Amino acid sequence: MSTKENVLEIKNLNFYYDDFQALNDINMDVKENNVTALIGPSGCGKSTFLRTINRMNDLIEGSRVAGQVVFDGDDIYSGNIDVVRLRKRIGMVFQQPNPFPKSVFENVAYGPKVHGVKDKAEIEELVIESLKGAALFDEVKDRLDSSALGLSGGQQQRLCIARALAVKPEVLLMDEPASALDPVATAKIEDLIEELKEKYSIVIVTHSMQQAARVSDETGFFLMGDLIEFDKTNKIFENPANQKTEDYITGRFG
Amino acid sequence: MSNLYQKRKLTDKIFKVVFLMFIILALVVLAALIFDIFSKGFVMMDLDFFTRFDSRFPEKAGIKAGLFGTLYVIGLMIPITFITGTATAIYLEEYAPKNKLTDLIKLNIANLAGIPSIIYGMLGLGVFVRTLGLGRSVLAGSLTLSLLVLPVIIVSAQEALRSVPKSLRNASYGLGANHWQTVYKVVLPSALPSIMTGFILAISRAIGETAPLIMMGALTFVMFTPQGIMDSFTVMPIQIFNWTSLPKSEYELVAASGSVVLLLILFALNGLATFIRYKFSRD
Amino acid sequence: MEKNKESSWYAVLFDQKIRYMNSKSSSNRWVNYVLLLATLISVFTTVGIIVILVSDSIHFFAEVSIIDFLTGLKWNPLIEPNKSYGVLPLVGGTMMITLGSALIAIPVGLGSAIYLTEYSSRRFKKIIKPIMEILAGVPTVVYGYFALTFITPKILKPIFPEIQTFNALSASIAVGIMILPMVISLSEDALNSVPESIRQGAYAMGSTRFEVASKVMVPSALSGIISSFILAISRAIGETMIVAIAAGMRPQLTANFLKPVQTMTGYIVQVSLGDTPVGSLEYYTIFAVGLLLFLLTLALNIISHWILMKYREVYH
Repeated sequence: MSTKENVLEIKNLNFYYDDFQALNDINMDVKENNVTALIGPSGCGKSTFLRTINRMNDLIEGSRVAGQVVFDGDDIYSGNIDVVRLRKRIGMVFQQPNPFPKSVFENVAYGPKVHGVKDKAEIEELVIESLKGAALFDEVKDRLDSSALGLSGGQQQRLCIARALAVKPEVLLMDEPASALDPVATAKIEDLIEELKEKYSIVIVTHSMQQAARVSDETGFFLMGDLIEFDKTNKIFENPANQKTEDYITGRFG
Repeated sequence: MSNLYQKRKLTDKIFKVVFLMFIILALVVLAALIFDIFSKGFVMMDLDFFTRFDSRFPEKAGIKAGLFGTLYVIGLMIPITFITGTATAIYLEEYAPKNKLTDLIKLNIANLAGIPSIIYGMLGLGVFVRTLGLGRSVLAGSLTLSLLVLPVIIVSAQEALRSVPKSLRNASYGLGANHWQTVYKVVLPSALPSIMTGFILAISRAIGETAPLIMMGALTFVMFTPQGIMDSFTVMPIQIFNWTSLPKSEYELVAASGSVVLLLILFALNGLATFIRYKFSRD
Repeated sequence: MEKNKESSWYAVLFDQKIRYMNSKSSSNRWVNYVLLLATLISVFTTVGIIVILVSDSIHFFAEVSIIDFLTGLKWNPLIEPNKSYGVLPLVGGTMMITLGSALIAIPVGLGSAIYLTEYSSRRFKKIIKPIMEILAGVPTVVYGYFALTFITPKILKPIFPEIQTFNALSASIAVGIMILPMVISLSEDALNSVPESIRQGAYAMGSTRFEVASKVMVPSALSGIISSFILAISRAIGETMIVAIAAGMRPQLTANFLKPVQTMTGYIVQVSLGDTPVGSLEYYTIFAVGLLLFLLTLALNIISHWILMKYREVYH
């Protein structure tokens, strides 16, 4: 088994919303081409943590970061990193599908266009490739110009994944991507994640432990802003080192 | 690729500056307006400005007629519009059946809010001054202005009622109150600060209105104050308009003085509305 | 968006109870009637406006044909000789002022709204909002005075020495400033009603603030924004005192903003201030022009409402 490189190294990360400390001294190494799952009860900070990786928290007034998130050799919170470039390389899929009120095609084409692809043929190729990569192409190939809002919830979410893939990121952040979907659509998303990890590194927040156990290679358990335990998924679920982890896994709380 | 990227960042920065300049432009204009009017307005103004009537001599001109006229017209307007406006809003929000007719009425009111004020003047002229025979009186003026601001008051009162949380209503029903009791004792008091704020702003607007009153016959050169609601009258904005139109250049300063008085009254009302809004907002 | 699961069983029960109580209680019925009466006032207002405008216009159109009215190029109803009743100069004046004010208020208004929603901090907004309200509260006579005594002599005359005292440009500028707060406020509302999730999605794609605003937010709020533009234009068309004071009393068809023009509203005020005898043709001209004005603004308001309803983006 080859050892994988770290694609992200989080060091001593502390995060504050105004006076409230949401994350306490988090340390984590995310490996390349892994699926890394983050689990924990509601409000434990896992979504906040996810959003520090692509600096989406910058949009919230009053938020502050201390510590480092190292990506490709640079701390993304240091002065010389630009957020716009960062988010091209680290993409995000949200809990609620949020397609733009545009056509299916325009949704996926948005990223490439904004990042400078001008050639029509190239854009079309990218869109088709991304839709295929999100296992959505066959379902929408006859309706690329129809409004994205007309798709079902599951389709919209896969569209959002296609949209994220179209800019060719290296890391894909997924914040409970299937929680608003029915079981069939959820299964499709989980299969997709299996496929995607060959090309991308995926960090997924999930409130479903079964999902974490199914899809991920490594899992981190968060509780009240602390990273209690982070290890191979098998270990976390079969033989957790920390008592709190075990309590959560076995359903004693959360 | 980096070139395009720099271009994108530059575009973002340029538009940020441009849009900020737009806002600053509006602020600068407002500052210029206030500065210009206040600096001109205090040249000839003294306390007698409030106790003198208009005059053929600019240095003797005063705003007494307009001040009292405004007080009478607006004073009469306040109870009329508050009661009618709030009652209509209560009906539309709490009692009206949810059918096409109600939708039509709501649409009608929204439309009325967008009709130019001078048309209300024509309405006032035709209905109140002529048909009802009220003449060019304070009463006719009040009624005309009331119709003008009523749609705005209704719409804002409706929104105020709508934003009363359902939990409050349910608590009242849970205690056995009927619909009217709930509306009167629970919903209305809760919505009242918002209703008041919207109402004060509507009255502010009415104080500044000129065209409809000119249309229905308020006079421009008036040397008396109204003694009763059937008397003829003028209001401050009309006096200001009159002074602005006079050829003698000193009247420009008198008009500024009148504007200062009007603006100060409006600022005070605006401040009152803001104060109410902040004092009573619990969120 | 799926958070409002408040339609639980007890809330539904309460709704039904209310409907029942509404239909039975007699004190409620009395209250019902009183309130209904208050509402009917709004109906009578509309009816009143239409009746007055139409009935008095009929007197006018008995003597002047509608075609001559709507297509005539000369408006001179008051002064002998050569009285003519072509309304186009007035319409032209109105359109000039409206165009001028829109050219100012729309870009500045939309740009300001974008700044407030995408670029500014909370603190900045808190300061700007009340100032905008002050701007919105200035009476139109004061704007007119400002246009005549400040904008024309101190701002425009240095740039255009040939400008006349009464001109369309200063009135346009003043009207533009008057409707500016309206454009800003309504556009801002429209932009804020786009779901936050869409905005976040756009940022997550690596877009700059300008790209988020121009490529995602504005297109997503377009119906509300266009609707706000139309409402502002409607307001500009109906504006009276600013143009009466600053634009002049000369109805002439011109494209030159440096000259005086007269708008439909300005004409109506001019006649009201004069001694036109009631019942004369001159008197009825007010109502014909007023009817045209009413129909124009009504049409715009309806179009604005229709755009809002028909094209409103529905986010579930």
